[in-house]
Amino acid sequence: MKFVSEYRNAEKVKKLINDISETVTKPWKIMEVCGGQTHSLVKNGILELLPEEINMIHGPGCPVCVTPLNLIDKAIFLAEKKDVILGSFGDMLRVPGSEKSLLQIKAEGADVRILYSPSDAVKIAKDNPDKEVVFFAVGFETTAPANALSVIQAKKLGLTNYSILVSHVLVPPAIEAIMDDEETRIDAFLGAGHVMSIMGLSEYYPLVEKYKVPIVATGFEPVEMLVGISSAVKQLEKGEYKMENAYKRVVRENGTPAARNLIFEAFEISDRMWRGIGNIPDSGYELNDKYKDFDANLKFHIDIDIAKESEMCIAGLILKGIKKPYECPAFGKLCNPENPLGAPMVSSEGACAAYYHYSV
Amino acid sequence: MENKIKMKLNCPMPKLDYDIITLGHGSGGLLTNRLLDKTIFDVFKNDKLKTRHDGAILNLEGEIAFSTDSFVISPVFFPGGDIGELAVNGTVNDVAMCGAIPQYISLAFIIEEGLKMEEFWDVLIGVKYAAEKAGVMVVTGDTKVVERGKGDKIFVNTTGIGKMHPNANISASNIKTGDKIIVSGNIATHGIAILSVRQGLEFETTIESDTTNLNFLITKLLDEFGEKIHLFRDPTRGGVSATLNEISRDIKRGIEMKEVLLPVDRQVDAACEILGLDPLYVANEGIFIAFVANEIADDVVKTMRKLEYGENASIIGQVTDKHPGKVLIESSIGGKRVVNMQIGEQLPRIC
Repeated sequence: MKFVSEYRNAEKVKKLINDISETVTKPWKIMEVCGGQTHSLVKNGILELLPEEINMIHGPGCPVCVTPLNLIDKAIFLAEKKDVILGSFGDMLRVPGSEKSLLQIKAEGADVRILYSPSDAVKIAKDNPDKEVVFFAVGFETTAPANALSVIQAKKLGLTNYSILVSHVLVPPAIEAIMDDEETRIDAFLGAGHVMSIMGLSEYYPLVEKYKVPIVATGFEPVEMLVGISSAVKQLEKGEYKMENAYKRVVRENGTPAARNLIFEAFEISDRMWRGIGNIPDSGYELNDKYKDFDANLKFHIDIDIAKESEMCIAGLILKGIKKPYECPAFGKLCNPENPLGAPMVSSEGACAAYYHYSV
Repeated sequence: MENKIKMKLNCPMPKLDYDIITLGHGSGGLLTNRLLDKTIFDVFKNDKLKTRHDGAILNLEGEIAFSTDSFVISPVFFPGGDIGELAVNGTVNDVAMCGAIPQYISLAFIIEEGLKMEEFWDVLIGVKYAAEKAGVMVVTGDTKVVERGKGDKIFVNTTGIGKMHPNANISASNIKTGDKIIVSGNIATHGIAILSVRQGLEFETTIESDTTNLNFLITKLLDEFGEKIHLFRDPTRGGVSATLNEISRDIKRGIEMKEVLLPVDRQVDAACEILGLDPLYVANEGIFIAFVANEIADDVVKTMRKLEYGENASIIGQVTDKHPGKVLIESSIGGKRVVNMQIGEQLPRIC
């Protein structure tokens, strides 16, 4: 498959692994920010090919994992209403809320639909004027343009039965939170390629300077991941810290302005709760005043208690890279994908699930 | 496919009193009789069915294989087939996987009131087409109608019977360390074909389901290789991963595969990539997996590649003493990972 197979080429991978092995002289902790990258590292068996000096730390960039329990409960609360159709990306469905998951209430009769695009939800709203259609707008900067576009479309169509339950989080504040955390020590970051393809690189230069840490925009295929790792290691060994782009086929310096325009037409920056991490200031989006009518939170006056997380789950430590999944006493025993205690075990992008599914 | 179109032209729908199936058509009374006479009894006419008895009386000797399956696929008509065809192929293949030669099938419908008569007819033609192609006879059946909302257009159950092939000795307990694992064709095609219709996904050309009967291919292999073939399985629901995991647990041995050896159609592969799905977990219809003695593996593949529906046959892995009960795959870049059985439905990822 063109544009894929060349990035899964065994020869190129071997050469890159050799390069990295020859360059590295001491241990380094490198965090891949995005859950898609964690998935690729584990699925392709890259971790076992890397020299042991390279310690890959799995970052918080799994939208399913960091969506607060309370928001999942809210989505469930809405979906259980008789006249509501709830649309969601597929992998949110299995995430357990405090009592049930969306998948469970779907089986019990709630109208929950797996959608690939929020625009499909707008179409459903148009076709079902007697129903309230809510889209569970989860994700990082990557899904924000499509979610923004859905409310822009709905407004243009004059739909009053469409709204979104927003849980948007942003990468740069998460990197700051990790670097400010006294327990963590990360030597370099592999930037989340798809997020950067929207936002561009400009937001990351200040972080490189502030924390004197290399950040390398990195893709998802094995060759691309290794190009990213290789360039981070080279910087670290030379004692440099720079912003580099190892994902040039997708990431441009200024990102995708058209997509950003959509985001800022509908959203504004706000504080956000991150599951397992806590509140991070200015780390998310919410709908701005112009689009407030499409905010499911305001529209339905959802008032539910904030549920307690499982005390055994160490999701926070996992998401900040302080612990590896197999260091959790519940991993693979009390906590498994069938019965997850915390979100990193649910999504295939979550570090725990990735280790559970693929580790040899 | 062309033959199916021809068959449809040769079997125009008879004139019926109703445009749709009503509850009355399942009452057992006059409406039922009229409908069955003009449709099922006419389409499938044969000696066994002609007796109109409560069941079929068959003359069978020796060991027989016996299998049943229900089909609830939505949509009922999909690119590459329909529920009728699928229902015959599914059961024919299950019987064949036992090492038997399928001969007779039963055919039972549960129809949701309101199904268009024309659609019912098309399903019957699908059954007729597949049954004739596989060389099996429909010898008994049943038709029930349920109220609107209590079904999903039409559900089909088929049961099949077939005589064991004289050379067959098919059992997981025959599998030995070193056995090679062969897949008869491209994986994941059926699942992706269905998903693309359900989700309204449009690709450059339509991905068609590979549903077909595999009994003649199986018979040929048993004729030629006999007991050296240790196991046949069709990796339908849960895909290749579920089937291999089940077998690996059963035989208390490990299975190792190589990703580069997995045959996947280019378009299906691309669709999986876009949708974030792993072809190993996607449902199949028109393929089977064979566990064969190491020494015949290359010859089996050579033979299969010359035969219809075996053109893309490939060795994908082997049985090992290491990691009992686990299926491991070597990725295209040489890393290893475990292939687990998937928990529930495969859910598309956010980004």
